[in-house]
Parts: sequence; C-alpha cells; structure tokens
Amino acid sequence: MAGELDVAYVAQLARLHLTADETQLFEKQLSEVLQYATKLREVSVEGVEAAAHAVPIFNVFREDKACDWFTAAEALSNAPRKANNLFIVTKVVE
Amino acid sequence: MTKGDLPALSIAELADLLRRREFSPTEALGALEDRINAVDGKIGAYLAHDLAAATAEAEKADVSLPLGGIPIAIKDLINVEGQQCTCASKILRGYRAPYSATVIKKLRAHGAIPFGRMNMDEFAMGSSTENSSAQITRNPWDLSRVPGGSSGGSAAAVAADIAFGAVGTDTGGSIRQPAALSGIVGFKPSYGRVSRFGLVAFASSLDQIGPLTKTVHDSALLMNAIAGHDSHDSTSLNAPVPDYTKNLGRDLKGIRIGLAKEYMIEGIEPAVKSAVMTAVKQLGSLGAEIVEVSLPHTDYAISVYYVLATAEASANLARFDGVRYGHRAEKVSSLFEHYARSRAEGFGAEVKRRIILGTYVLSSGYYDAYYLRAQKVRELIRQDFVRAFEKVEALVSPTSPSTAFKLGEKTTDPLQMYLADIFTNAANLAGICGISLPCGFAQSESGKKLPIGLQLLGKTLDEARIFQIAHAYEQGTDWHKTRPALEPMAA
Repeated sequence: MAGELDVAYVAQLARLHLTADETQLFEKQLSEVLQYATKLREVSVEGVEAAAHAVPIFNVFREDKACDWFTAAEALSNAPRKANNLFIVTKVVE
Repeated sequence: MTKGDLPALSIAELADLLRRREFSPTEALGALEDRINAVDGKIGAYLAHDLAAATAEAEKADVSLPLGGIPIAIKDLINVEGQQCTCASKILRGYRAPYSATVIKKLRAHGAIPFGRMNMDEFAMGSSTENSSAQITRNPWDLSRVPGGSSGGSAAAVAADIAFGAVGTDTGGSIRQPAALSGIVGFKPSYGRVSRFGLVAFASSLDQIGPLTKTVHDSALLMNAIAGHDSHDSTSLNAPVPDYTKNLGRDLKGIRIGLAKEYMIEGIEPAVKSAVMTAVKQLGSLGAEIVEVSLPHTDYAISVYYVLATAEASANLARFDGVRYGHRAEKVSSLFEHYARSRAEGFGAEVKRRIILGTYVLSSGYYDAYYLRAQKVRELIRQDFVRAFEKVEALVSPTSPSTAFKLGEKTTDPLQMYLADIFTNAANLAGICGISLPCGFAQSESGKKLPIGLQLLGKTLDEARIFQIAHAYEQGTDWHKTRPALEPMAA
C-alpha cells in the first residue's frame, strides 16, 4: 500500500498548490506514516461493520420551519471580496 | 487576601468570594488582566483578549449564578460573536465570528464571561502548539519546553494562573495531553455530550469540547454549564445532564479500575511509569479494586486515528475556498488557481500534510484499503472498551508516555509527534469520556519540575463517575497544589 503516494496528483485533487520542496518533503514524511499504518492489514475485519462514528444516532430530523438567521450583511461580513450584497467569485466560464 | 492573589484561585474559590461580595467581578477581571500583562509575555498563551468587552459583561454579571462573573478563556476555534476566531491559522486572519457557539451561550447563561482567544496548533492539528501560525506557547514549568497541544495556550494559561479555567477541544487528546504536560486537569466528555455547534470542525466524528481547569471540582462545574442536548448539532446526545459535582467527596469503595496490559508499552519514560503505578496503588488504598483488563486492538489506534482524522479534516477544510471568508489569493488566472493558491498561502505545513494524507486515503483505489478498513478497526477498538467496561468502572493509564518535550524536538518528524497521542487517541475513536489530572513530577536535566498526567477513562455518559474517582485521588494527594514558579517580567 505504501510507496504509491503521488503527492503532486493528490495535491491537485485537494486544490492545494505545493512547492517542489513541499511535495518532496511530504512524500517522504507521509510515506513513513503510511508505512506505519500498514499494520492495519494485520487485523481481521471480516464481518465487522464500519463505524462512521461512535454513538448510535441515525437520521436526526427536525421540523421544516423557517427561522431567523444571518442577514445578507452578516453573511458577507467576512467575505474577502463582495459587491451589491453578493460574494464576488473568480470567473468560472469564459 | 488582596486583589493580586485572585488569579491563583480556582473557579470554585473565586465564585465563593464573588458571591460573598468580597471582590467584584470587575476587580477579578482587572486582577487577571494585570497578571496576564505581567507574565504572558513569557508564555504566549493569549492570541487576543478584549478587556473592554469583558469589563462591560463583568459590570452586569449576576454573581448568584454558578459561574457568575468568572472569566473563562476560549480556544481560538470556538466562535464568540464579534471576536476573532482564527484557529491560529493565517487563512482566518481578520475573521470576526458573526455568531456564538452553543457552549458560549451556555457559559454565559451560567454567568461566565468568555475572555481571551487562546493559542493552539493550527486547526487543532498537533501535540505541541508549535503549529500555530501566530506564535509559540511555552510551558510555564520550563520555558524551553512545549505546553502540549493542541489546546496548549489554554493549558499553559491555566497552569500559569493567567486563566481561571478554559474551554478547549479534544479530537485525539488535545485537552488531556496539554493538561498532563502543563500540570492541570483536562476533561474530554463523551462524544455528543457537549454541542459542537459553532466549533470550527477538524474531524467531526472525533471532536469534542471540554474544560481545562486547576481542579477536578472546577472541571465538573464547567461541565455542568456546557453539557446538554442541542438541536443545532445532530450528533448531540439527548440524555439528561446530571449534576457533575454530585459524586464529589464519595469514596471509591466498590469501584473497579482497570489496568490494560496493552498500555504497559516500552517507551514510557521511567518517571511517568513510576508515578502512574504509584497512583494506581493509591487508588487501591482509597478503596478501589484494581483489575487487569485487555484492550487487544490498542496497537492499531494511532493508525486508525490518523487515517480517519485526516480524511475528515480534508473534507472539512474544503470549505476554505477563499470566497465566503478567509484568505483569498490575488491575481489568479483560473478558478483552479484561485483555490490552489488561496489555500496554499493560507494553510501551514501540518495542515497541508494532513489534507494530502486525508485526500489520499479517500481517493479512488485507496479508499477501501485505508479509510474503510480503518473504520472497521475503529469498531473493534470501540468493542474492546465495551467489553472492558463490563468488568470495570474506569481504566487508568498515563495520559502521555512522556513529560513536556523541548521546543523544536519533534517538529521535523510528524510520525514521532503522532505517537505522542498513543494513550489518548482511542477514547476519541470509541466516543468515551476521559480525564487527565496531575499525579507527580519528573525532573528535567536542569532541575525543573515537569508535571506527569494520570488518565482515567470512563464509559459513554459516565462522566459523573470519572469525576468522583479523579476527585478522590486529587484530594488524597498534593500534586494539584504545586504551582510553577513564574517570576513576573520586569516592567
């Protein structure tokens, strides 16, 4: 399992620019971590259900009821770029 | 008692003085501010604190409430409306919280004053607080050492008497480990016991908010305030909240405490091992029965933890896109570059490392081998604890295999840093509760006292019993009465 980690490819998936130095360093460090994690292969997990979390809570519903929440000004209060009560995004289509 | 003596008090002691009106909440806050100004330059625990806002709250404080007029420090990842909430990350520099977390509303409903934004490892990723983008925090017992992490600012502040108590988060040990290394009490509630609404998410199935305090009694008092169901958090447990102080003072007769043979690993510092074994004997002499138990999947906990926690983090941190809040790169030529550079410029090295690892274990071709398998082994770890808790009421272990390490000692080796969580990770995976409390000191080569933490783990929702056991041990020892010798800085 370990040794197959292509950091440059994974960084693309994660939308994260890495320098060449970072890519090289992470490849070395994370390969060690993955090597350590290969011990998970020793465990027999046949018939074991995967635990997404540790408490038995499923399907929590609430009433579909409108309530007050942020105003547009509050929602925009931390936006790096905004205009006319809207978020400014980077151009998506040419 | 003079005003200058106030910062050394516990929450319970201060609440008593305020209720008897011997001092006012404004005087207590002023005394705390003076002490912060005198010693935090050496420690670096606070990222920010707003005295004017807190004074306005102190002037109106209702001292008849359980925490009336008590300032409580807040780890910088819990939203308090109008205050910064940076997670010690560059990506959230300048962010102002537009709302308050449920725990903040609950603390205020009990009379407390949220005061101070505490340093931490960026996005709570780390065990030393060295991953903060803002500053390092030093251990008050030895300024050349780390306070632990990720709630290191909170722990160091409580230890240095520059906070009466704090609220932090524990995803893999981030309350208990810094509590141990800084010589205070740190409590991780059962998963779902405290609302996570308004907490910036790191690993949603593991994160839990809890108190860092000088005493077990204070920890129970803070839990009385913050525990409970919240409809804004769908993982919140809808179970009655007991009075967590109700069992304090009861003895340990009939209590069985388990010692897991898998925790007797090599690599525990001799002073830590000896202090913990002495504590186990003491628990026995206080009336508890010590029973050997087995947690057979212990050896896999760190692997499971770092697969699942990074996977969840990589998904949670996808929200930092440079559009709605947070850092945004300038002069980008495409949407891809907008994301990739905004995130590269905003996140620090450890956060990037974990995003990469988490994205990898979730990626096509590796999901089954890592993520799915880790979830299954997580279930086996959870079952280990269920079986152990059929035989005992609590489990005892060291909190950390070592005392506080030197600044810079582990920063170049992530795996070594991850191994520091060996005794704490499993509780988060299993969703159970746990506490760390002082159980002795090791001595550094330069003759400094280095605190040692005792960990007690309890089953889900058995918080009151863990407080009972911890309190009985604490009251039978003097460890919590020893404070670090910190000279105020020259003016």
